[in-house]
Amino acid sequence: MSFILWLSDHLIPLTILYIVGLGVLMRRPVYDDFAEGAKEGVRTVFEVLPTLVGLMAGVGVLRSSGLLDAVCGALGRWTGVIGLPSQLLPVAVVKLFSSGAATGLALDIFKICGPDSRLGLAASLMLSCTETVFYTMSIYFLSVNVKKTRYTLPGALLATVAGIGASVFLAGRM
Amino acid sequence: MLNYIWAFMIIAGVVWAVLHGNIAAVTQGLLDSAADAVGLCVTMLGVVSLWTGILKIGERSGLIDRLARRLEPVLRFLFPDLPEDHPARRSIAVNMIANVLGLGWAATPAGLQAMKELAELEEERRAAPPGTASREMCTFLIINISSLQLIPVNMIAYRSQYGSAAPAAIVGPAAAATAVSTLAAVLFCRVMNSKNGG
Repeated sequence: MSFILWLSDHLIPLTILYIVGLGVLMRRPVYDDFAEGAKEGVRTVFEVLPTLVGLMAGVGVLRSSGLLDAVCGALGRWTGVIGLPSQLLPVAVVKLFSSGAATGLALDIFKICGPDSRLGLAASLMLSCTETVFYTMSIYFLSVNVKKTRYTLPGALLATVAGIGASVFLAGRM
Repeated sequence: MLNYIWAFMIIAGVVWAVLHGNIAAVTQGLLDSAADAVGLCVTMLGVVSLWTGILKIGERSGLIDRLARRLEPVLRFLFPDLPEDHPARRSIAVNMIANVLGLGWAATPAGLQAMKELAELEEERRAAPPGTASREMCTFLIINISSLQLIPVNMIAYRSQYGSAAPAAIVGPAAAATAVSTLAAVLFCRVMNSKNGG
C-alpha cells in the first residue's frame, strides 16, 4: 500500500517532468505546444457542458424524487451479500452503457457522502478502472460488420468485475 | 443508448415524485443540479486544459510513436498469431498507448483502424466464417475494455470540485485497480487462446 500511496504523490509530477523534458530534448517550442493543447482542452470542456447539465439534472430528479434511495434500499439486501455497498451497484450497471450517466451517479455520491468517504473513494476508483463495455463493443464490432463476438463479452465483463472488486477492496484500505 | 437511460431517469423520477408527493423537491433538485454542472465545468476547465496542454507537448515530440515501438514484446505475448510485420501491430500499439495516456480522441481512430486491419487478416486466413470475431479482435477489445488509463484526470477534477482534501490520492489505487482489471483480461485471453487450439 505504501508504494501505491507513493505513486499517488509522484505519478503526475513525474509524468509532466518526462513529457516536458522530452519536448525540450526534441527541441520543441514546449510552451507554444502547451498553449495549443490547453485551448483544445477548453473546447472539450465546453462541449461536455450541455451533456453534463442534462445528466446531472437527470440524476437530480432521481435523487430528489426519492426513487434513487428506494432503488438502493431495495438492492441493499442483495449487494450486501457480495460485499458491494448498494449505492455503488447503480453506478456499476450504468457504466456498462454510458460513462456520462455513471459519472452523474458518482457525483451524486460525492455530494451526499463526500469524495473522501469510503463510498466516494470506491466510486472514484470504479469509474477510473472500467470502460463502457456495451458502447465500446458496439462501436468497434459494428465498424467491421462483426456480429458474432464470441468470448469478448464474457472477457470484458470479467475484467470489469475484477476492477470493481479491486476498487471496493482498495477504497476500504485508503 | 444514452437517450433511453436519460429519458428513464427523468420520467421515472417525476412519476415517482408525483406518486410520493415529492414534486416540489424535484424542482429544487433540477435547479441545483444544473447549477452544479456549471460549477463542475469551471473546475474541469483548469485541470483538463492543463492536462491536454501537457499531452500536446508529448504528442508533438513523438511520445506516442516512441512508446508504441516499445510495446512490441507485449504484442508478441498477447497476439502470438499476428504476423511479424502486419500493419495492425502499429494501430494496436498506438491505440493502447493513447488509452494509457487518456487520449480518447487519438485512441478511437487507431482502434477502428486496427479492427479493419484485423478483419482483412481474417479475410486472408479464413479461420472463421464472415461476421465472426477473430481471436485477435476478441483479445484486442477485451484488453481495451479492461481500461488502460494511467492517470484519471477527469476524476481528479470531479473530486476537487466536491471538496476532496486530496483529489489526486486516487492516482495510485486507481493504477492498481486498473492493473487488476487488465491482468484479469490478459489471463482470460491467454486461456481462451490456448483453448481454441493455440
